[in-house]
Amino acid sequence: MANLKTSEKKTKAQSMGLHTEVLTGKTQQKFFNPDEAENFYYWGTYDVDFNKRTDLDVKDLDCKEANRKIDDLMSQGYGTIVIKNPQGKHSLGVGILNKLNLIFEGSLGYFGVGSIDGPTVRINGRVGWSCAENMMAGKVVIEKNAGSCFGAAIRGGDLICKGSVGARTGIDQKGGTIIIGGDAGAFTGFMMQRGRIVILGDVGINLGDSMYDGTIYVGGKIGSFGSDAVESPMTKSDIDWLKRKLKVAEIGENFDISKMTKVVAGKKLWNYDALEPTEKKGAI
Amino acid sequence: MCGIAGLIHRGKSSNVGSELQLMLQALKHRGPDSTGYALYAENDGKNFIMRFKVGENVGEGSTSVNEDASVYDERKKLVDQMLKELGANIVKDEKLTPYSYRYEMQFDKDLMEFSKKIESINGVEILSIGKSLELIKDLGDAAAVSERYGLGDVRGTHAIGHARMATESGVDIKSAHPFWGYPFSDVSVVHNGQLTNYWNNRRVLENKGMRFMSECDSELIAVYLAEKMRNGATLEEGMKDSLTGLDGVFTYFVATKDSLGMAKDTMAAKPLVLYESDDLVAMGSEEIAIRSILPQEIDTYDPFDGEVKVWQI
Repeated sequence: MANLKTSEKKTKAQSMGLHTEVLTGKTQQKFFNPDEAENFYYWGTYDVDFNKRTDLDVKDLDCKEANRKIDDLMSQGYGTIVIKNPQGKHSLGVGILNKLNLIFEGSLGYFGVGSIDGPTVRINGRVGWSCAENMMAGKVVIEKNAGSCFGAAIRGGDLICKGSVGARTGIDQKGGTIIIGGDAGAFTGFMMQRGRIVILGDVGINLGDSMYDGTIYVGGKIGSFGSDAVESPMTKSDIDWLKRKLKVAEIGENFDISKMTKVVAGKKLWNYDALEPTEKKGAI
Repeated sequence: MCGIAGLIHRGKSSNVGSELQLMLQALKHRGPDSTGYALYAENDGKNFIMRFKVGENVGEGSTSVNEDASVYDERKKLVDQMLKELGANIVKDEKLTPYSYRYEMQFDKDLMEFSKKIESINGVEILSIGKSLELIKDLGDAAAVSERYGLGDVRGTHAIGHARMATESGVDIKSAHPFWGYPFSDVSVVHNGQLTNYWNNRRVLENKGMRFMSECDSELIAVYLAEKMRNGATLEEGMKDSLTGLDGVFTYFVATKDSLGMAKDTMAAKPLVLYESDDLVAMGSEEIAIRSILPQEIDTYDPFDGEVKVWQI
């Protein structure tokens, strides 16, 4: 017998240009399979108390030492950790697989908070290339600007930059939401497969180039569309979702959503090899 | 990979030698093979400063050949003799290493002809000529090169530098950055990336009389811009042309006596972080380079794809 609830969800999601496969992150698995939650165990996860708070000055620590220290503090039950003096160091706050309030008082270098699954992160500065790469779940808020490859290959969660971001934002994105308060560079959404990107400002050339799926919303000017990226009409579902998401994201709550452009995959590149030679020309 | 860094002090001089050393040392992991500095120093501006080498500091994998130090002395004598014939008056000469020299000289004729004559001496390469530019490059990290050449106390208004991860050519001084914008005085270039139409461009430019001293693809940028400027283009015009004239991935800096510019390719494939305030502009491949001289919280940003920016000093 068909599962009606799942079918409804699937139809609604597909109308918005999204996939409906079960996601693989810990949080998603729990959401979709609550009865089996106890079977999911991540090595290196801890029960933490959000009211138990501490500061960690990483000025004289390298990234490995700093990350070990964060892990030590979580193992002691600290649920709110404030990182002082990150000073643009690379790979800080990576691989955190449980709930945690992590606050960086300053800027991060490359690969900050990569491969996380669950924490809520606030960065009161800027981030370098590949911030939150492979993020599975959680929420990351960056108060200033971000470098290129922002949110590369994320699978879930909310990744928010209040400033502008570099090129290839959301490259290979597989889920989750990326929200940009300012402008975004070239090749935004390059080869994205799922999930949503929202840019309130302008975006550079080749938007959504070779995207397989997913949705991109742009509030400002678009430099150019990439191969197989096409404009699609906004639906009520889009508008409702954007209103809700921008409010939750603490960004652009009063933004005029009606002026946004919705971009999806034309899907002509799908099964490219099966196309006739004349069709291939039109696909690129 | 390579790391590049630059800084401008607006309206004043500072200790650019030690500042650039800190920035480049912070980028050491991007390129430990060689380090280069182009420092625009507080000189009196009356005499030309020529930095040249008469041999190589040969690194592992280099195609250059180790030579006996006595050969260097012979070459130096030939340079002195040639300078005399060209009518250059040497005011001060310094031997910095067995293979490199810094001369202060008075000269008022064509620099291209001058350079051709000097470099016609086997094994001699002019690293830079200028009234402000001090171009130093050698094997080793930023601290090692700075100590070897005594750069810690050099004061000036602006500077660019490079930490090199050799990929397209050998580990030697001739392939190290910065490259001098021959035959223009006080022009230098550093580059992070790879150029894929190097040989096509090189053949065309050599036919137009431009000179290449290495097989390093990055040298093309200096020669390309110099040729544009020779034909009357401004620095910014030349840089904008380079976005389509050069194929590949690049972020590069070019500096002159009174300006400093950056250009980023249309794919934005190579990183750059910028910081600007009323009295300082700092830029580098990674933010940690800027943080090495500005540890306090600051606002930085990444320039976008295809962006060209030139600051006047």
